[in-house]
Amino acid sequence: MTNIPMDAALVCASLLFVTGLAGVLARRNIIVVLLSIEIMLNAAGLAFIAAGSRWARPDGQIMFLFILAAAAAEGAVGLALVLRQNHSAKTIDIDAAGSMKG
Amino acid sequence: MFGFLWIVIALPFAGFLALAIFGGRIKKSAVAQVGVGATALSALWALCIGTRFLISPPAGYEYTQVLWSWVPVAPLMSVFSFRLDGLSLIMILVILIVASLILLYSSESMAHEEGYARFFAYMNLFVGCMLVLVLANDLLVLYLGWEGVGLCSYLLIGFHYKDPASIRASKKAFIVTRIGDVAFMIGLFLIVKNLGTLQVFGALQKASLLWPVGSPFPCAVSLLLLTGAIGKSAQVPLQVWLPDAMAGPTPVSALIHAATMVIAGVYLIARMHGLFLLSPAVMGMTACIGAATLLAAGCAALMQRDIKRVLAYSTISQIGYMFLALGVGAFSAAIFHFLVHAFFKSLLFLAAGVVIQSCNEEHDIFKMGGLRQTLPWAFWTFLIGSCSLSALPLVSAGFYSKDLIIFSVWSSTMGNGWLWLCAEAGALLTAVYSFRVVFIVFFGARRLISLKKTGLRTNLPLAILSFFALGAGFILLSVPQAVTGSFFSNILNAVFPAPALKNVAPGVSTLLHLISPAASIGGIIIAWVLFLKKPRIVQDLAQNPAGKILHTFFLEGLWFDRLYAFLFVRPFVWATGYMRRDPLVFYVKAIARSAESLHKALSLTQTGNVRWYAAGIALGAVIIMAIGVLL
Repeated sequence: MTNIPMDAALVCASLLFVTGLAGVLARRNIIVVLLSIEIMLNAAGLAFIAAGSRWARPDGQIMFLFILAAAAAEGAVGLALVLRQNHSAKTIDIDAAGSMKG
Repeated sequence: MFGFLWIVIALPFAGFLALAIFGGRIKKSAVAQVGVGATALSALWALCIGTRFLISPPAGYEYTQVLWSWVPVAPLMSVFSFRLDGLSLIMILVILIVASLILLYSSESMAHEEGYARFFAYMNLFVGCMLVLVLANDLLVLYLGWEGVGLCSYLLIGFHYKDPASIRASKKAFIVTRIGDVAFMIGLFLIVKNLGTLQVFGALQKASLLWPVGSPFPCAVSLLLLTGAIGKSAQVPLQVWLPDAMAGPTPVSALIHAATMVIAGVYLIARMHGLFLLSPAVMGMTACIGAATLLAAGCAALMQRDIKRVLAYSTISQIGYMFLALGVGAFSAAIFHFLVHAFFKSLLFLAAGVVIQSCNEEHDIFKMGGLRQTLPWAFWTFLIGSCSLSALPLVSAGFYSKDLIIFSVWSSTMGNGWLWLCAEAGALLTAVYSFRVVFIVFFGARRLISLKKTGLRTNLPLAILSFFALGAGFILLSVPQAVTGSFFSNILNAVFPAPALKNVAPGVSTLLHLISPAASIGGIIIAWVLFLKKPRIVQDLAQNPAGKILHTFFLEGLWFDRLYAFLFVRPFVWATGYMRRDPLVFYVKAIARSAESLHKALSLTQTGNVRWYAAGIALGAVIIMAIGVLL
C-alpha cells in the first residue's frame, strides 16, 4: 500500500470544503443546503484523518468519530427545521426563512 | 425615673415604625389608635417626668442621659445624649401636649383623606425628630433632629402629592430652609474646629473662656447660627416659604408650621444664648430682624384673603416677637411667648380647619360670613384664640407673654425706644388683622351654608387648647407664685441669665403697661369699625390706585417672591439654558451620535437572508485565518 502524500489529501479536503461551501451559498433548496453542509463536515474529517496518518497517531480518527456524531445531530435538527418550515411556509426554499426577520 | 427619659423619644418613633410597616394592612380605627396613642403615651410619660422634675429637681436643675457614642472620630467626639433642663422640659411638654391634641383632632378631620396611615406615620416621625431636636445635648444630634423635622415638614406639606401646588410648596419650603441649614452646618464646623467639642454646654463654657465679648469668632459663629434660625423660623428675609406651606393639611399647619417646628430657630438661639451674648452686634441684628419681621408680616396678614395665609403671616409675626425678645436678652420672655403661642396658634388653626371643612374646603374669608350661629364651637374657640393672639388684657394668656416682651424691649439695656415702638405698632396690627378675620368670617351676612357636624374628637382638643390659650398666663405666672413658688421663672432661671435691665421709673413703667392693652383694644375697635361697621372706608381705599398697588404689595407678601425670582431664579434658569449650549456638550454628544450611526449601519446587515449570513461567516473565518497566517 503506497502512502498518499498529505498535501494531496489536504488539497482534496479543501476542494471538497469549497464544493460544500459553494453549495451552501448558491443553492436555495434546504435539503441540498444540508447535503452541502455534510460535505463540508466530511472535508474537515478528511483533513483530520490525513493529519492523523501523517503523524501515525489515532487522534485524527477519534476526532472524525466526533464529527460524525455532530453531523448526525445536526442532520436531525436540520431536518426537523425543514419539516417545520414546510409546514408553515409550504416551501423548502431557504430564502423564505427571511420572512421571520423582525 | 429620669433614666427612662429615652422612652419619651422612643414612643413616637415606635409609632412611626409600626404605622410605616403595618399601616396599609390594618383598619383605620387601629391606625388612629396607634398614631394618637404613641404620642399621647409619650406625653403622659413626659408629664410624669415633668412632675418629678418639679417635686424633686435633679442637681443643678439638669439631668443628662448618655445613650451611646455616636461619631467617635477625634476631634469630632459626638455622643448621643439627651439633656433635660428647664428649657427642654418646657419644650417637650408643650410639643407633646399640643401634638397629642392635634393628632386627636386629625383622627377625625383626616378620616376622609387618602393616606390616613401615611399621615399618622409622618406626624409621629415629626414628633420624634422634634423631641430629639429639643432634648439633644450634642450639636450634631440637634442637627439630626433639625434636619429630621425639615424632612417631615417637606413630606407633610406635599401630603397631597397629586396636587402640583402642594409639591411646589413643599419643594420651596425645603430649598429655602436649606439655605439656613447650610449656614448652621458651617457654624457647627467652626465650633468643632475652634472649640474642639460639640457638647452644647462644653462648647458654651469654652467659648466664654476663650473668646472675649465682641471678638470676631463668636460673632461669625452666632451669625451663622442666626441664619439657620432665620431659615427655620421663617424670618425676614427667608420667610417666603411659610405662607406657601399652608398647602399642607390643616393639622400639619397647626402642629409643624405654627406650634413647634418653626420655633426651632428660637430654641436654637435660646439654647446657644451664651454664644450670642458674646457678640452684641448679632444680638442687635436678631432684635432688628424680629422687629422688621413682625411689622412686615403683620402688614401682609392684614391683606390676605386665605384664612390659613392670615394665620401663617401671623405666625411669622409672632415669631418675630420671640426674636425681638431674644435679641434684647429676654430669653425667658421669648420661651414664655413660644409656650402661649403654641397653644393659641394651634387652636386658631384647628378652629380654622373646622370652618374650612364645613365650608366645602373654601379658604377665602370673603366668601364666608355669619358663621357665628351655624358653627358655635368654631366661633367661640376662634374668638378665644384671636383674643389671645391680639393680647386682650387680663383675660388672655397672650397678654402676659406679649406684655412681658414689650416691657423687656423697653427696659433691657440692649433694647431701645425704636424697637419698642415697632413692638407696639405690631401689637396694634395684630389686633386689627386677627379681629378682621373674626368679623368677616363669623359676623355679617351669611353667605355659605354649612352642614357638617363636628364630633367629640374635634371639640375636645379645641376646648382644652382654649383653656390653655386663656389660662396659661395665670397658671404659669400668677397662681404658682403664690402656691409653689414660680414654676416658670424658677426652672428657667437655672438656664438663662437674667436680662440686664435699665432703671425704669415707676410712673413710666405703669404707663408702658397701659399702652400695650390700649394698643390691643384700639386694634380691635379699628377692626370693628373698618370691617363690620363701615366697610365702605376699606372699599374706597381699595378703589384708590395707590391703595390698589399697596394692597397687591402686601397681598403678595411684600413682593419678596418677585424679588427672589428676579435676583436668583431667573438668572439661574438663564445660566442653565446657556450651559446647555456649552462646547464640551458638543463633543460628549458626538460620541453618542457616532455610536448611533454605527448602530444604524450595522443593523442594515441583518437582512434575514440565511445565505448571506453563511457567506458572512465564511468570509469572517477566512479573514481571521488570513490574519493568523500572515501575522
